[in-house]
Amino acid sequence: MTDQAYNFAYLDEQTKRMIRRALLKAIAVPGYQVPFASREMPMPYGWGTGGVQVTAACLTPEDRLKVIDQGADDTTNAVSIRKFFQRTAGVATTEHTPDATVIQTRHRIPETALKAGQILVYQVPIPEPLRFLEPRESETRKMHELEDYGLMHVKLYEDIARHGTIATAYAYPVKVEGRYVMDPSPIPKFDNPKLSGNAAIQLFGAGREQRIYALPPWTEAVSLDFDDHPFQPSKAPHDCDLCGAADSYLDELITDDLGGRMFVCSDTDFCAGRRAAGHIGRLGAAEPEVVP
Amino acid sequence: MTAMDRIAAVTRPLLQVDGLTKRYGARIGCADVTFDLWPGEVLGIVGESGSGKSTLLSCLAGHQRADLGRILYDGRDVLAMGETERRGLGRTDWAFVHQNPRDGLRMGVTAGGNVGERLMAVGARHYGQIRDKATDWLDRVEIAADRIDDRPSAFSGGMQQRLQIARNLVSSPRLVFMDEPTGGLDVSVQARLLDLLRGLVRDLGLSVVIVTHDLAVVRLLAHRLMVMKSGRVVEQGLTDQVLDDPQHAYTQLLVSSVLQV
Repeated sequence: MTDQAYNFAYLDEQTKRMIRRALLKAIAVPGYQVPFASREMPMPYGWGTGGVQVTAACLTPEDRLKVIDQGADDTTNAVSIRKFFQRTAGVATTEHTPDATVIQTRHRIPETALKAGQILVYQVPIPEPLRFLEPRESETRKMHELEDYGLMHVKLYEDIARHGTIATAYAYPVKVEGRYVMDPSPIPKFDNPKLSGNAAIQLFGAGREQRIYALPPWTEAVSLDFDDHPFQPSKAPHDCDLCGAADSYLDELITDDLGGRMFVCSDTDFCAGRRAAGHIGRLGAAEPEVVP
Repeated sequence: MTAMDRIAAVTRPLLQVDGLTKRYGARIGCADVTFDLWPGEVLGIVGESGSGKSTLLSCLAGHQRADLGRILYDGRDVLAMGETERRGLGRTDWAFVHQNPRDGLRMGVTAGGNVGERLMAVGARHYGQIRDKATDWLDRVEIAADRIDDRPSAFSGGMQQRLQIARNLVSSPRLVFMDEPTGGLDVSVQARLLDLLRGLVRDLGLSVVIVTHDLAVVRLLAHRLMVMKSGRVVEQGLTDQVLDDPQHAYTQLLVSSVLQV
């Protein structure tokens, strides 16, 4: 049901046009942060206002939308954004990754490989990878302009000096096509290899910071590292307790106060698909107990 | 070939400054400064507060843009260079030691990270090698190797200043700018720092432009001396000559103002 008081997908056509111009520029210069005139959205900053605006600018009435939050289709953020576009754009929605044409995501890349024609929209809180190293925006822009990225390695050096290994586990910086250093939004570094050479279009929207950037299909994104401390995607050393998958990113759930815990796929659609196909994990036979 | 042999083989100045002028609106920062700096030479710039010595230094180092004049580094026109090239020089061939180590150090980064930053900025990507080099340089500036993972905020003022020097010299620069490197340190720490600087300058064959108001510092370190007043150079020559036989009235005042213990 479209709510007729609003234009298709909530934003007015001129705003969408402005965002599309920013998107085209971002696609043309992979990894470069394009400023755009971010609008107030009917949700607080930090809830995905950047991603919602990018999604709104990309949607057509024929699209099928999927929204995930930390991999899950059924959490508050995902449900409310999905409902928002159901109501304002009347587009079809799905939880099934291969069926979706536009996927808005918060902090995960789906486990199922994306294919050409799909668009993955990230919600980005802080687009500037150098922000916590250099607080001045004027200076970070200059550093991007001059490819002055030594500081990024100082951060990784500090990690190793303090923890013995690169302890950065999410928002792990990548270098795009040998030029711009980019913050891939707070996805776990487990997902970093999926950024590179992906068949789908990857768009990143930061609403509060008013920046859009992008990875076109088949773009190379190399995770920064040291020769003697190479990049390693990490995950909990377990199999999913519901579907038994050994190669998916896991959430840890505390099930009681006696030390009981289970590990489940953070990608709910991937997990449900495997269970439907007959894969059963350690605790997959019974429904997981919900502790009040 | 030792550093001294290399210096002897050079036939042109490392830094040529010609008619350098910087104005702040109607006021003069520094005016019409001309000098040559040869490889391995230490040039002292003295003068009272507000005489334009820090302005001159920041124009030379590219932190501020001069209004008039020419700066040639190794035959290359510094003022005509693009920002990329100038920053490249600033990371490799040049070094700048600030008066306050907090301006020159990253206070939230460990000593090792501070020393390694220049190496990583020019493409070092091997953690072990970066760390070895940082350890080596900490040793050269007399900081114990077990302090490598401490932050500069845990260091004393003298150690911070030595760390700043290590951080600057790790990329083997040829030209070092120093702005009051001993300011704010007590005399015994000053003496050790000066000793250290003198050793490093001689061993590495560095060319140095050092700004200070402390005549004892230039007496120890500088080969040549420039005296500035109201933005202009009033006298220049060999350090001992200027200090022992000052010609200009202001230099005479400066020399006679030094307290004798």
